[in-house]
Amino acid sequence: MTLQEAENAIVEEFSMYEEWLDKYEYLIELGKSLTDYPEGSKTDDKLIKGCQSRVWLDYKMEDGRIVFNADSDAIITKGIISLLIGLYSGRTPKEILSSDFSVVEKIGLKENLSPTRANGLVSMIAKIREIAVKYETEGTF
Amino acid sequence: MMRIEQIRNLFPALSRKVYGKDLVYLDNAATSQRVCSVLDMWNTVSSESNANIHRAVHRLADEATQAYEQARDAVRDFLNAGSREEIIFTSGTTASINLVAFCFGEAFVKEGDEVVVTEAEHHSNIVPWQMMCMRKGAVLRVLPVDDSGHLMVEKLDEILNERTRILAVTHISNVLGLVNPVKEIVAKCHSKGVPVLVDGAQGAVHCGVDVQDLDCDFYAFSGHKLYAATGTGVLYGKRKWLDAMPPYMGGGEMVGTVRFDHTTYAPLPMKYEAGTQNFASTATLKPALEFIKSLNDRELIDYSDKVRDYVLDSLMKDERIRLFGVPRGTNQEKIPLFSFVVNGVHHEDLALILDKMGVAVRSGQMCAEPLMDRMGVTGMLRASFAPYNTMEEAEYFIKCLDRAIEMLA
Repeated sequence: MTLQEAENAIVEEFSMYEEWLDKYEYLIELGKSLTDYPEGSKTDDKLIKGCQSRVWLDYKMEDGRIVFNADSDAIITKGIISLLIGLYSGRTPKEILSSDFSVVEKIGLKENLSPTRANGLVSMIAKIREIAVKYETEGTF
Repeated sequence: MMRIEQIRNLFPALSRKVYGKDLVYLDNAATSQRVCSVLDMWNTVSSESNANIHRAVHRLADEATQAYEQARDAVRDFLNAGSREEIIFTSGTTASINLVAFCFGEAFVKEGDEVVVTEAEHHSNIVPWQMMCMRKGAVLRVLPVDDSGHLMVEKLDEILNERTRILAVTHISNVLGLVNPVKEIVAKCHSKGVPVLVDGAQGAVHCGVDVQDLDCDFYAFSGHKLYAATGTGVLYGKRKWLDAMPPYMGGGEMVGTVRFDHTTYAPLPMKYEAGTQNFASTATLKPALEFIKSLNDRELIDYSDKVRDYVLDSLMKDERIRLFGVPRGTNQEKIPLFSFVVNGVHHEDLALILDKMGVAVRSGQMCAEPLMDRMGVTGMLRASFAPYNTMEEAEYFIKCLDRAIEMLA
């Protein structure tokens, strides 16, 4: 599936939920299922600090593709992170940069991206993009 | 009609819905909703009397100036200040504290001097002092709180010394909601010759403030937390300090005579009010303070106390919840402001879910990172009530909180 197809699939999936709380129930389940991030990697250099939730983002290059791993101390944010990792991890920098990163907004979680100093998620998306740009232009991180 | 319903009807925002549900607004400690008389005043000044104050002789300018200066009289009356010249208008509590930190620092603080704040302060009552200390080579000292969040006033004797120049303390912490023994602190500081600034951002809303009785040297508060327009604030200062300190900003209307080789400054209060003021908003302080006066009604006070006691009791008996700022004596030492954490559940998740149930609460560090560190948490959830919040809303909040915890646990 191309990145755009994957993004569209998520938008479609979320359109099924009419009730806000159902949407959150789904994200909470997704958040709970994201368990791959090692405790030892919750270090300050990987921390995206916010007033609300904290987000840790780790990444590496494998065969020309960027592999992301991330975690958060808040479960709904973690659910959204799980979506983002599903979308962007294991793709080439070029593919990642073809995205307009509007998927979180499109599934109706815009207020999770409000420009407060609160939000680790906003910084995480910016960071994913930054990493892809850096690799695409400089060939290394 | 019950008094509480009459009060609610004065606030247009309270009848709105969010996500199809009735709004339950419990973020009053951050910003309270605006009462009709405030909106009317802003509208009238803006639509009919919009002219620059203190300058021109025409009719509109006179009306605008009157509205602005009547607010000063209302504030003087509200705080029982000795004179209207001791009331300076600013953009808010933060601006008021910055003004004092800068001007007092310029006049009275030298290298090696000390400034005292407390561990329970809002960032606005920490950072301006820190900046002043950096400029002056002074040392910032901290009066701690105990594990329950009460100020350790008994430690003042150890902290105050001959190098102490000023102490800044909050009347009521925006996290703990406990009324601090400000009068006692002021007396103790004065006995050592140390002036005191009181951050009244929460205190002005909930306590009848009498600055002459407290004997504090400065008292700062904001309009937007007490039903007035945003971008309004007050600095009360004793005349001896306001006279002795240099001006904060230079500009229009804060001057006596301007020459390229020498400028003299305007007398109080205009010495500290450079540039065109936010007069339409500041004028709303008068109707807002009149509204606060109208709340001094036995039926309303008893009702608010009942709401506070119910929420306090519900949160304290819930074993999943750790409440901060638990009163030691009677409940009267606590305002209806409740900050807490829920075991194993993140405050952001709770706030997001409560929002979708129509309940607006605050989550995060509440601009008090040192206090969060002291309590060993990364953030808290805070529900803060106003006199317009009903018992039904309180019960709905407790029910929704339980449901949100169940969803997340």
